[in-house]
Amino acid sequence: MLTRRTFIEGTAATAAISMLGRQTRADDPISVGAIYDLSGPLQGFGDNQWRCAKLAIDQVNEAGGLLGRQLEVKLYDAQSDMQFYNQFANQLALRDRVAVVQGGLTSSSREVIRPILHRLDTLYVYNTNYEGGVCDRNFFATGATPGIYVDLLLQAAADRWGKRVYVLAADYNYGQISAQWIRKAAQSLGGEVVGEEFFPLDVNQFGATISRIQAAEPDVVLNVFVGPAHEAFYGQWASAGMNQRIPMMSTTFGGTSEIVRMPPEVVNGIMVIGSYYESLDNAFNQAWLPEFRRRYGTDYGYLTDVPIKDWYGWTLWAEAVRQAGTTERDAVIEALETGISVDGPGGPVSVDPATHHCFMDTHLAEARDGEFRILQRYQGVAPTNPAAQCDLQARPDTNTMFTPDI
Amino acid sequence: MDHALVVGLHLLHAMASLALVSVGLAVIFGMLRVINFAHGEFLMVGGYAFVLSAGAGLNLWVAMLVVAPAAVGALGFLVERFVIRHLHGDIIATILATWGLSLFLIGLAATVLGYHQQGVAPPFGTVQFGSYSIGIYTFFVMIVAIVTIVSLFVWLRWSRSGLLVRGAMQDPELAAALGADTRRLRTAMFVLGSALSGLAGAVLAPLAGVLPEIGATYVVKAFITVISGGATALTGTTLAAALFGFTSQAAAFLSRPVVGEVALLIVAIVLLRLLPTGITGRYFRKAL
Repeated sequence: MLTRRTFIEGTAATAAISMLGRQTRADDPISVGAIYDLSGPLQGFGDNQWRCAKLAIDQVNEAGGLLGRQLEVKLYDAQSDMQFYNQFANQLALRDRVAVVQGGLTSSSREVIRPILHRLDTLYVYNTNYEGGVCDRNFFATGATPGIYVDLLLQAAADRWGKRVYVLAADYNYGQISAQWIRKAAQSLGGEVVGEEFFPLDVNQFGATISRIQAAEPDVVLNVFVGPAHEAFYGQWASAGMNQRIPMMSTTFGGTSEIVRMPPEVVNGIMVIGSYYESLDNAFNQAWLPEFRRRYGTDYGYLTDVPIKDWYGWTLWAEAVRQAGTTERDAVIEALETGISVDGPGGPVSVDPATHHCFMDTHLAEARDGEFRILQRYQGVAPTNPAAQCDLQARPDTNTMFTPDI
Repeated sequence: MDHALVVGLHLLHAMASLALVSVGLAVIFGMLRVINFAHGEFLMVGGYAFVLSAGAGLNLWVAMLVVAPAAVGALGFLVERFVIRHLHGDIIATILATWGLSLFLIGLAATVLGYHQQGVAPPFGTVQFGSYSIGIYTFFVMIVAIVTIVSLFVWLRWSRSGLLVRGAMQDPELAAALGADTRRLRTAMFVLGSALSGLAGAVLAPLAGVLPEIGATYVVKAFITVISGGATALTGTTLAAALFGFTSQAAAFLSRPVVGEVALLIVAIVLLRLLPTGITGRYFRKAL
């Protein structure tokens, strides 16, 4: 029988339950989202990206979590397929309601998920080297942009060999934009681009190119190769004896453990630039790398720039949450925009409030017998932001991707 | 002068490597009419067999010329025995099965062999022509291509087993009626085609590298070559490889690499428009 008293008791109990449901309890885990390519053609990148990301997340949890709560990561394998990026970004924001999404490798994957997460007010951190220019308050990038890299590389080439450079690049936006930066950098050094060739991603015959380079006799060749087919270049270059004759530089070499895969007599001497190499001798890396190997064994290839940035991305975000005292998006963005900084295996990395990209140490290195030998360190290199196109402090509503005005 | 010579050599090399990539498919698809979508992965497995056995300390040439073809031949045997044979005549099922096999082999290579196997540097030194230099290994690739095709031709044309194979491909029922074991012949030919793919994968490995996805670089060009070759698989494939290798490399020399890729496709389309049954559908019809 329903009396007035039982009715009131019942309603009060229901109300209490639904209140409970709405409030997150203090010891509930914090959901965070990760999308990586753990199968398909990009698996060679994705596996190590996820290892680095997981290391950062595990370290946070082992140290007692964030704000007294554990991180619970929702991991999705996008299978190197853009359609899955679309689906998983929506799931993470709408169903899993995560505090942050990190991941993606290619620029196309980033441009699939970035607008989705922007619209759904879910913070997105992207941890790969890319062509630069994204300006979006909801977006942070820990990767390097080519502007800095080619300036430093061409300067190093000019100091050693000369200023006449031959450019070989992948034929899509990353390669094309990198080539623009190279032209600009060569010009400002008083040098010259004596040849420039672009290769579709499935080209693996380089005979014509190699003989054109032989005819042009540049001081140095600078490549922006991407993908398995382009790897064929190095064998053909060495087969023609060119690795003994003309120095080779690259902004991409090493990103997928090429240094382990290719014989030393083929790749020795290739000069590269990046924010991380396993051979860095700073104290942080001396502890970090053995820890990585303790957890994952040694059969992971060789870590450089790209996967390491996923460790930084997650560590930076965790630091921002600690500083903000909440996982709420706007507070975390504001914390990141204080120019927050974390130390890591590649040296300190700090956020640039204007562009949401990062300042980081950058190293010139050379392939030598299955290792990268560090030649020089540039401290706290700033992200490229030509003509201050992007200023999210002055114009926080910007949501665009600038192409460099070169 | 030096330049012309070097260009000529690069053209020959492009033709030779396209012929090598396609010759296994010429046997499997051209002769047996089995649409093998896993052809690129057969090359990949050959590359891995070579790289791994050479890395384990085996003699380079044994690894390349014996182990790789044998390994892929054995793979071909299993595939034919357990998959292809049961789908004989069903084109759609064969396409689906070999496509699945292709995905399986890529996944297997990625998880078991991984991305961290060290490759092999191109052996031999270089020859110098004025300011140009060319790897001696380039000549080796041409020699392997020529030897492979010539010995296949000689075998098919003049040996008794070659005659048997040709008969069984041309008219299986008549051959069977005359006492030929066509099922065994089909298995043997599939194994041969697989072994040739393994050889090609190994020979090209020092110049192209070995990765789980490397097959995708080859499979389309190989199919275009064999299809354009037409009915008489071996002659047709050789001619088509020469034509396409020449066109794409010449266009890459005159213009840019992307134009080379486009030129190959345009020539293939025009060719198949003019000669819908391939080169040997009209010319060299009496060839092999």
